Amino acid sequence: MTEKSKPDDRNPIARRNFLLGAGTAVATAVNPGVAAQAQQPAAVPAAGSEPAAYLTLTETEVAFFTAAADTMIPADELTPSGSDCGIVTFVDRQLASAWGGGAKMYRNGPFRKAKPEYGYQLPLTPRQFFAAGVVATNAWTRKVYGKDFDRLAAGEREDALKALEQGKAALEDFDGKAFFEALLQLTMEGFFADPIYGGNRNKASWRMVGFPGLPAVYSKLIEEYRNKRYAAEPQSIADFS
Amino acid sequence: MTTRLKEVDAVMVGMGWTGSILARELTKAGLTVIGLERGEDLSPRENFALPAVRDELRYTYRLELIQDPALETVTFRHRPSESALPMRRFGSFLPGNSVGGAANHWGGQHWRYLPSDHATRSHIAERYGASAIPDDMTIQDWAMSYDELEPYYDKFDKLCGVSGKAGNLRGQKIEGGNIFEGARNDDYPTPPLIMTESGLMFAKVAKEFGYHPFPQPASNASRPYTNSEGLTLGGCQYCGFCERNGCEANAKAGPQVCVLPLLRAEPKFTLRDRAWVSRLSYDKAAKKVTGVLFTDTRTGEEYEQPAGLVVLSAYVFGNISLLLNSGIGEPYDPVTSKGVVGKNYCYQLSRLGVTLFFEDKFFNPFMGSPGTQMVMDDFNGDNFDHRGLGFLGGCKIQLGHADGRPISYRPVPPGTPRWGAAWKKATAKWYQHAARITLSGSNYANRYNYIDLDPTYKDQLGRPLLRMTYNFVENDYKVGDYCMRIALDIARAMQPTMIGPPGLRRGDYDTVPYQSTHNTGGTIMGHDPKTSVVNRYLQSWDADNLFIMGASTFPQQSAYNPTGPVGALAYWSAEAIVTKYLKNPGPLVHA
Repeated sequence: MTEKSKPDDRNPIARRNFLLGAGTAVATAVNPGVAAQAQQPAAVPAAGSEPAAYLTLTETEVAFFTAAADTMIPADELTPSGSDCGIVTFVDRQLASAWGGGAKMYRNGPFRKAKPEYGYQLPLTPRQFFAAGVVATNAWTRKVYGKDFDRLAAGEREDALKALEQGKAALEDFDGKAFFEALLQLTMEGFFADPIYGGNRNKASWRMVGFPGLPAVYSKLIEEYRNKRYAAEPQSIADFS
Repeated sequence: MTTRLKEVDAVMVGMGWTGSILARELTKAGLTVIGLERGEDLSPRENFALPAVRDELRYTYRLELIQDPALETVTFRHRPSESALPMRRFGSFLPGNSVGGAANHWGGQHWRYLPSDHATRSHIAERYGASAIPDDMTIQDWAMSYDELEPYYDKFDKLCGVSGKAGNLRGQKIEGGNIFEGARNDDYPTPPLIMTESGLMFAKVAKEFGYHPFPQPASNASRPYTNSEGLTLGGCQYCGFCERNGCEANAKAGPQVCVLPLLRAEPKFTLRDRAWVSRLSYDKAAKKVTGVLFTDTRTGEEYEQPAGLVVLSAYVFGNISLLLNSGIGEPYDPVTSKGVVGKNYCYQLSRLGVTLFFEDKFFNPFMGSPGTQMVMDDFNGDNFDHRGLGFLGGCKIQLGHADGRPISYRPVPPGTPRWGAAWKKATAKWYQHAARITLSGSNYANRYNYIDLDPTYKDQLGRPLLRMTYNFVENDYKVGDYCMRIALDIARAMQPTMIGPPGLRRGDYDTVPYQSTHNTGGTIMGHDPKTSVVNRYLQSWDADNLFIMGASTFPQQSAYNPTGPVGALAYWSAEAIVTKYLKNPGPLVHA
């Protein structure tokens, strides 16, 4: 992985590189575990590259979601890091989508704070909710650690996410636990969804668990593979389009 | 300005299973019928096609086929003392939206209710004494017996090409089928689906306990099948994308496959999609409805559709809403126990289960359908002696793999973090090797669980939203706890490498995680207009030319998925309309 693609203290210009489309294309190839798994037919495309520009994310948000994705899904022998799997691209496209804009949500008032069993009760769209969550989380990490979330060392980032997860992070005017749950969900969606959405690049997560993807036509196979691992080169929607 | 359209013989409000079946039966009898559907029309060939249909994010998480709560949702509170808030997103249940209704995205688990389910109150009273039923448990009998409905269950089976194995054929019990089911006159139209390894493992151990496991009956045809209407269903592909998605193989039964191709060619039938019915025109003195008002969502124009017969064939909530917003029938009041519309709203006891981990097994969890599970009914309904147990009702208990889609299906052993390196390792390690026993329980009516109109929130037509007042009660928790103990005994006897913590029901009903789209009641059937909304033919007590279909007519909910009786009741009611009502219009039952 090229150093410049990773935001950290030693490389203060890293954030800008995302905007400039810093290449992470070779990320999978230099990871030995994945390289081994990638010894597959030539049909496997090289990992995609970062987009030239984001649809909706700000520079600060790109840095935040990159750090969050890489903490939740660290690079190891199983897969490249979350951001190298395209999760930030996924998040950007989702937040810019109809869903991000509040589609399929009832948004009439009055609004009232309620027990969690009543479900989401804010007027914010997902796009607005995540924007507010990034601001509130960064404000909190600045107070506790003196830096924005993406500038924290790996161990600190883990601690910060755990504090959010356990409801121990006192975010100002924002529900840190609810934000964490939404962030985890969106990150996992980006990791495991079909690659057409920009995440799960090179079907990394499907390779990790052994999900074959499409076409998922098993009437002739289900009996034969009873209690036998069915392994196939995973295929996505784009492979059939 | 409202445009008045030419009168038709019958109008269907909603074009899912029941609207499609009624439209078909009534046009066969010579009536002119218009089918109004709020959502858009779909073409399975276009909308449920490979590869796009295999998209977990789009269908499971962005809910492509689900009703848009921005247009209409329900408000919710746990108890009458609280003020309700809107369900701003659907979570716990997912109503359908579009021609074909929820059958576009259902999983196809297809049941007949037990004979004792059809007589819930009188059966319990006879076996345990009337005092066994708590005062606030407002259960009632269905308005027809299982035996009366059997020919219509059979008719619906043959429309759907249901796969399964009979366990009671004309009174003869058959091993390997469900020996607790009511007597059937005919076997399932197609044989059971090919069973998964996990289903077979469960069945083997359940049998050793003396239980009676059988393959899940499913409206996923196990092989190509020509249905009772002469239309052909394909064979199930075990794709693992069944529920929440459409079916590209045409193997999952639904109106789009099983009925609508004929209706589309029927000159007496008109399908009008994007037609949102806002209320019924009601002549209270004459006890008649005269038609419906609807808004065309493409133009914003309002129309009045006069009709000789009105059939409410929307989802449970649509049916209740149209009665309450049209002033038909007396709204239920839990304080006085008077009134009927909105009474006995019930749900399903779910999210009960336990995950087992088998290091040496390969389950290929992505291969399967909702029918590739083994089920046991030994602790369902009143199939077991409840004396001394302190609760009524029960659960079906089942295991199999149906949907290993990776955003949602990621079993990890207890104690595993939810993210990070350790989570990744566990997810990679166990995806192939886990299986979950799940339980689905009955939900008996309670006096304080009901539906009325919300005083604050409105839908996009400006009508009050429905307000759901609902919570689980002690009986439900006890059902879950008891059946979970049975499931845990089986789980341990299956000798897994590891066993997860039992998922038990505790605390208030949570509207967020998906549980089931098995909402029932609110326009319940019965023999007495003081305690029911419709009579045994699903005819309104308050308007003799108004018939109300669907699970909103169930007096309480059994442990089963409701679609089987929903289809059977549609055929039953249609026959009564054609053979009785049309000959002599008026009340079919005199109270």
